[in-house]
Amino acid sequence: MNELVFKYLLRISDSGLILAQRISAWTGHGPFLEEDLALTNIALDLFGRSRSLLDYAGNLEGKGRSEDELAFFRNERHYYNHLICEQPNGDYAQTMLRQAFVDAFELLLYTELSKSKDQTLAAIAAKSVKEITYHKRHSFSWVKRFGNGTQESFTRLQNAFHELWPYTGDMFEPIEGETDLVKNGFVPDLQKIKTDWEKIIKDLLEECNIRLPENVYMHSGSAKALHTEHLGFILAEMQSLPRAYPEAKW
Amino acid sequence: MSTIDFEAIFEAKLANNEFIEPKDWMPENYRKHLIRQVSQHAHSEIVGMLPEGNWISRAPSLRAKLVLLAKVQDEGGHGLYLYTAAESLGVSRDEMLEALHTGKAKYSSIFNYPTLTWADIGAIGWLVDGAAIMNQVMLQRSSYGPYSRAMVRICKEESFHQRQGYEIMTRMAFGTPDQKEMAQDALNRWWYPSLMMFGPPDAESPNSENALKWRIKRESNDHLRQRFVDQTVVQAEYLNISIPDKNLKWNESKKGYDFSPPNWEEFKNVVKGNGICNKERLEARNKAHNEGAWVREAAAAYAKKQNQLSTAA
Amino acid sequence: MSMSDNQGPLWEVFVQKKSGQPYVHCGNVHAFDKEMALQNARDVYTRRNEGMSLWVVPSEAIVASSPEDIGSFFEPANDKIFRHPTFYQIPDGVGHM
Repeated sequence: MNELVFKYLLRISDSGLILAQRISAWTGHGPFLEEDLALTNIALDLFGRSRSLLDYAGNLEGKGRSEDELAFFRNERHYYNHLICEQPNGDYAQTMLRQAFVDAFELLLYTELSKSKDQTLAAIAAKSVKEITYHKRHSFSWVKRFGNGTQESFTRLQNAFHELWPYTGDMFEPIEGETDLVKNGFVPDLQKIKTDWEKIIKDLLEECNIRLPENVYMHSGSAKALHTEHLGFILAEMQSLPRAYPEAKW
Repeated sequence: MSTIDFEAIFEAKLANNEFIEPKDWMPENYRKHLIRQVSQHAHSEIVGMLPEGNWISRAPSLRAKLVLLAKVQDEGGHGLYLYTAAESLGVSRDEMLEALHTGKAKYSSIFNYPTLTWADIGAIGWLVDGAAIMNQVMLQRSSYGPYSRAMVRICKEESFHQRQGYEIMTRMAFGTPDQKEMAQDALNRWWYPSLMMFGPPDAESPNSENALKWRIKRESNDHLRQRFVDQTVVQAEYLNISIPDKNLKWNESKKGYDFSPPNWEEFKNVVKGNGICNKERLEARNKAHNEGAWVREAAAAYAKKQNQLSTAA
Repeated sequence: MSMSDNQGPLWEVFVQKKSGQPYVHCGNVHAFDKEMALQNARDVYTRRNEGMSLWVVPSEAIVASSPEDIGSFFEPANDKIFRHPTFYQIPDGVGHM
């Protein structure tokens, strides 16, 4: 069971880590100063959460791997983050829509995880719920502004939607053996979360005059650590120092 | 009341160590000097996000990443506070940004040097923030109220910046031979640019006289530079790395170190735009601003529609 | 640059440190709408546990007294010492009042 929980922890911690790595690229380059600070706050929350989860995963695994060893010394085929998290930042509409998709998903997921039979996971999740509630408020506000702002912002939001939508299905792909975790009350059933998520996103996008398409082909694979080509570059950059100087302490 | 009376009130306030507030009468030159100094200070914070931001994606541990991200974010916040202080003098943030983006306004030239290794992140925190703090502690007592209040907040927040930099230096200097080499190299490259941060020698500093008279600044460039050197030598000794100056020597009679001046020709060149990163820094700021234009327009349009809805209701 | 390209209107930010305490002015943010002003105030001014509650007010809604008003506004209060408790003498032995 520990092995299974370990893998599940990687799945959720990696998603936060890779998304944070993506959005922190905006720090110093945001559309205006206040928003620069706001998005950085979200990146800080996500990195912080991933640290807690990786730390716990390392303990559970029992091989003495630290949060940093798990973050910096695993390659693409051992990363389980959702495909959507590794997609490029694009313009601000794409960054915010990606964030809204993930925030809505995470709020549902972590709310359930805060009731997990696993006490440590439940505690981390409870703290995260507060953070994610704010992230969602922020990203949803922006998506509405873009949907109802100018013609240009609407077009950009629509383009972002077409770009990102096929990666949303992947968030609801369970890892192998996840049903056992569900049965034991450790983690929630993703199918249930999916229904709620679709409703929330449908309402949000309706406010933006974007209709959800039907029968779009959904990419998947991240539950088996199969990724788009983007992840390799993210990891190459992120892991470069610890891998170049494995003896060094920072 | 005549203008002469206003001027007397202004002078009396300065003499009594009182603050000048936005609505108070102030001489036009005082206002202009402040706008220039405060906006330059704000620009320095914003441009200063870039060399450190360069390492956010490559920070070598998750803890280091969080610290660096929080620090760079603080710099954005400090730029924001300072722009606000300048705005209270009757200039808009738009106008100030325009001056930055077109190269009309200056910012601290230290940020036109590149960050080449992770040790540079340590050296910036230790030396550049160390020098900045020295300057900023003095500016907390600046005569213009909003500037002084911004500096109080900034100093409070920055107290961790120098410490985190020195912590990085400690780990590098006592780490593997590679790390130690990076630490020494970073000190070699950042030492003289840090000394330049205090500005030209007093004898050649065109704006200093008025700034001191108006209590916008309270200590001279050379005075602050000396204090910085005296404070830093012992910190370098602890790290067992050497300050790249053969003339550095304790002078018992002045109770301070003698040291070589930085290369002021280089300084003038970097200020003129010939630093290795000047072009890149300005391009990065322009790009963020221009690519953010549609975002700001969308937000303005949305707000307008919301207002119309609420007045119609 | 188009006319609409700006940083948004300026807002005044007030923070309450904890419940029961007064709201204290702490600075400004730029923001385009109310919700954004509130979020920006939160993201800029409460990063170090500075508060439990926030007010944001459009800066243009602030009405301020002028330096010229100091004499007529505030100095007349100087001689109203009867407004302060120390103006009165209370006999010993009646306890705290």
